[in-house]
Amino acid sequence: MAIEYLGLSQINGSLIALEGVQDAAYDEIVEITADNGKEKKLGRIVECYADKAVIQVFEGSENLSLTNTHTKLTGHPMEVALSPDVLGRTFNGIGEPTDGLGPIKAELKRDVNGQPLNPVSREYPRDYIRTGISAIDGLTTLIRGQKLPIFSGNGLPHDQLAAQIVKQASLGDNAGDEKFAIVFAAMGVKYDVAEFFRRTFEESGVSDHVAMYLNLANDPVVERLITPKLALTVAEYLAFEKGMHILVILTDMTSFAEAMREVSSSKGEIPSRKGYPGYLYSELATIYERAGIVKGRSGSVTQIPILTMPNDDITHPIPDLTGYITEGQIVLDRQLHGQNIYPPISVLPSLSRLMKDGIGEGFTRADHQAVANQLFSAYAKVGDARNLASVIGEDELSSTDKKYLEFGKAFESRFVGQGENENRTIIDTLTIGWELLRMLPREELDRIDTKILDQYYDAPSSKN
Amino acid sequence: MNNETTGIIYGINGPVIYIKGKTGFRMGEMVYVGKEKLVGEVIRLDEKKTTIQVYEETSGLKPGEEVISTGAAISVTLAPGILDNIFDGIERPLGEIANISGAYINRGVSVDSLDGQKKWSTHITVEEGQHIYGGTIIAEVPETPSIVHKVMVPPNTEGYVLKVVPDGEYTIHDPLIKLQLENGDEIDLTMVQKWPIRVPRPYSKRYPASMPLITGQRILDTLFPIAKGGTAAIPGGFGTGKTMNQHQIAKWSDADIIVYIGCGERGNEMTQVLEDFSKLADPKTGNHLMARTSLIANTSNMPVAAREASIYTGITLAEYYRDMGYHVAIMADSTSRWAEALRELSGRLEEMPAEEGFPAYLASKLSAFYERSGMVQNLNGTEGSVSIIGAVSPQGGDFSEPVTQNTKRFVRCFWGLDKSLAYARHFPAINWLTSYSEYMSDLAPWYSEHVGKNFVDYRNQLISLLNQESSLMEIVKLIGSDVLPDDQKLILEIARVIRLGFLQQNAFHKDDTCVSMDKQLKMMETILYLYDKSKALVTMGMPMSVLRKSDIFERVINIKYDVPNDHPELFDEYHNAIDAFYQNVIDTNA
Repeated sequence: MAIEYLGLSQINGSLIALEGVQDAAYDEIVEITADNGKEKKLGRIVECYADKAVIQVFEGSENLSLTNTHTKLTGHPMEVALSPDVLGRTFNGIGEPTDGLGPIKAELKRDVNGQPLNPVSREYPRDYIRTGISAIDGLTTLIRGQKLPIFSGNGLPHDQLAAQIVKQASLGDNAGDEKFAIVFAAMGVKYDVAEFFRRTFEESGVSDHVAMYLNLANDPVVERLITPKLALTVAEYLAFEKGMHILVILTDMTSFAEAMREVSSSKGEIPSRKGYPGYLYSELATIYERAGIVKGRSGSVTQIPILTMPNDDITHPIPDLTGYITEGQIVLDRQLHGQNIYPPISVLPSLSRLMKDGIGEGFTRADHQAVANQLFSAYAKVGDARNLASVIGEDELSSTDKKYLEFGKAFESRFVGQGENENRTIIDTLTIGWELLRMLPREELDRIDTKILDQYYDAPSSKN
Repeated sequence: MNNETTGIIYGINGPVIYIKGKTGFRMGEMVYVGKEKLVGEVIRLDEKKTTIQVYEETSGLKPGEEVISTGAAISVTLAPGILDNIFDGIERPLGEIANISGAYINRGVSVDSLDGQKKWSTHITVEEGQHIYGGTIIAEVPETPSIVHKVMVPPNTEGYVLKVVPDGEYTIHDPLIKLQLENGDEIDLTMVQKWPIRVPRPYSKRYPASMPLITGQRILDTLFPIAKGGTAAIPGGFGTGKTMNQHQIAKWSDADIIVYIGCGERGNEMTQVLEDFSKLADPKTGNHLMARTSLIANTSNMPVAAREASIYTGITLAEYYRDMGYHVAIMADSTSRWAEALRELSGRLEEMPAEEGFPAYLASKLSAFYERSGMVQNLNGTEGSVSIIGAVSPQGGDFSEPVTQNTKRFVRCFWGLDKSLAYARHFPAINWLTSYSEYMSDLAPWYSEHVGKNFVDYRNQLISLLNQESSLMEIVKLIGSDVLPDDQKLILEIARVIRLGFLQQNAFHKDDTCVSMDKQLKMMETILYLYDKSKALVTMGMPMSVLRKSDIFERVINIKYDVPNDHPELFDEYHNAIDAFYQNVIDTNA
């Protein structure tokens, strides 16, 4: 097994080629030693032909030469050490501890690529997670086992939002739930961002429930391709074998996709959209689809991937393909941010596909869906009224349109906007929703059943 | 048959593997790859190398491992057990795989497509000495409470029945009939047929479109109907409700059988279909919906080559049931994922890309797929149909991309989903201005005969009002609605009633989720009656502000909730209410 090969036939960026190998398997991990054992690196076989293997080196091919390099096949794909002890620890992008607390005593090791979850074995997610943020709880409810990305842009407060979700979801209704943990994977983020999350976890007292996998902006690009898979393998293990509810934060998926493009082009592959490889969708899917609940197991994996839309363009391939895989999206908006509204969630393009089955009677409150639909519909009309006002002037608007303008302002500042530490209950959220809807004439509320209107619209004091 | 061809793996690149040199493999042949016997298909042959796409994850595969031929093209097994079941893209039963390999799908799991142990109660329908040919129904098996499975002679087989077994309980592999072929050979016929997925099953002739596939969805049935045996595309960006629409059609359409293909979509969605359909009752038979449904789930994280195959697997199953004389509807969610699988594999093969990186043969593959639909006379004389409803997920929601554009060329129904409608939570978010159905003129005689003489006329009036609204809105956007003359204000008001009261349909409301053609007609009639009466008032000089004081417009909007499907007589009340409104306006303002 442990045959070592000396020398390489080619080095091109992070890819190296090795000839004369025996028994190399596709996707196998190899250990590379340069300079007489002073430097060790890991690599992955990405193509193999008879006795030639093309290897992707995780830590970059610096210092390797065609003659001084020793390569050893490990006989297995990339694996990660699994143990409940990973919680409270910090690792680099390929799973090596960086917090100086020594290696993990592994209970078992597992292939990071995972395997597709059989749709027959999935359980359809129905339990909602209260985040305490009105725009999310009220309009794009997060469900346990869901994958709900945050589409953001550079300079928008997506990190604060994710941190607030983590803090409040781990307190809130799920307080005292010992079985709650967070797996945090950073791909190509700035040091400050990783530090922000670390500090937030510490301040909110959850840091011993967090496993952090950090590949920072100056870490090797190729490692980024492994980091999310590693984190999700850990999450699946904790969720489905240790029965924990795991929230996985992946940031920033854009860097992940960029890394894929970089590696693909150095392999000389045929590019498809915007230079990304043709398998971008499949590759993103193998990450996002690893959220869910398995029948007969008590845990769950909920994913909140964060991605920064290049040039705030939601039709860019990364957010576009992501939106087709994930179960909805939370979109942040620069204009709202400019008006100092936090969180600047643009509610119209935001969506939670699993919301309809996790809210309403028995989950939140019977009127929840109706209120959400009406708020969406009314806020969509605000846009029309604003456009009209910008053409003919606010004074010329009909009285209904004027009411919509007022409603829009109040909606943005009171419903969407809230404090960074404000933790609203679902009843608070719905009450604010009704207060706003009462600003509009009753006949404008066309998405709500008469019965619900009678109960809530006409009785301002009722709070249930 | 012992001269099986083998080859040795030379190179591996993702789901594509190469064998060096000239081999005896055949194009399109199914092969087993490597020690784990992964399923693959030969996709390119030349003097120097053979290229194979593998339907499973290839990590761990090594050069030097063996590839074994099967001698047959990649095929599906056709026999009882297909309905009320869920398969992956190459017809492996996911339930069975879960039993063997647990919650995750392991590689190289070897399972039979259909249960070979189960005994089916069988009624033989042919006699000894009878001359039978491809398509002849030789036995009937109650496959589910809703559907009788008709066992047929495979196409291209003909001869005399020598022996039949008595009616009784048989497995799918038990011989039912001994047949003497024309050349004197004797063969046994069982319930099983194998059919290559890329080859359309034969039929004797194709009929033009003549009856609609009723879906219970107002905007589809009334404005943009699809014929039985027709094709439709639902394009839309993410979040516009493609999947929701497909679910609604799968649940409520009057097809006998539904084949639902989840091609490269979300795992949770397939789980939801499985859960919902096992609980919901079929409006026609009262049995649960899975009894008439077959699911093909190749979710986005399952191997990409099997995603490409899943569409063909689905349509072959559908054609098989069509051959028995059933009306089958296929939901393909989503054909864009299939096109992307083509692109991904084409990239791995280093083919020259055409538009947006898609291979140049995208259009011909799409047309070949959609042309497998149709209302036909089968070989055995029965009539059946395959209707295809394909979701398209255009990149960035932009309908000018190649998959949407090429699909548009081959389908006759286009249900374009609209982001701004979805943002305003107007569902179904089908844009009534960009959508079309070429079937309307084919189906008009059916509607006059079965629904009502005025149906097509009403429908055209609705479309015309909506179009007038759209042009008026251009003006309103510039100067506001207050300055419009009253007759134009009325058009806006009636169009609002049509949009909210007729086009919008609530999939979660017990009455509104599926609406009969009769109620659809009556709703249109009521709305148009309200329009006529209001128009008469406006012509008399009554201002719209006076008309709006009445709640009649809101009442008509709420008909969809207030008139249960089984109480059509309640429409008379609305008729009277409109008359009363008319009289009241005249009395108080004259």
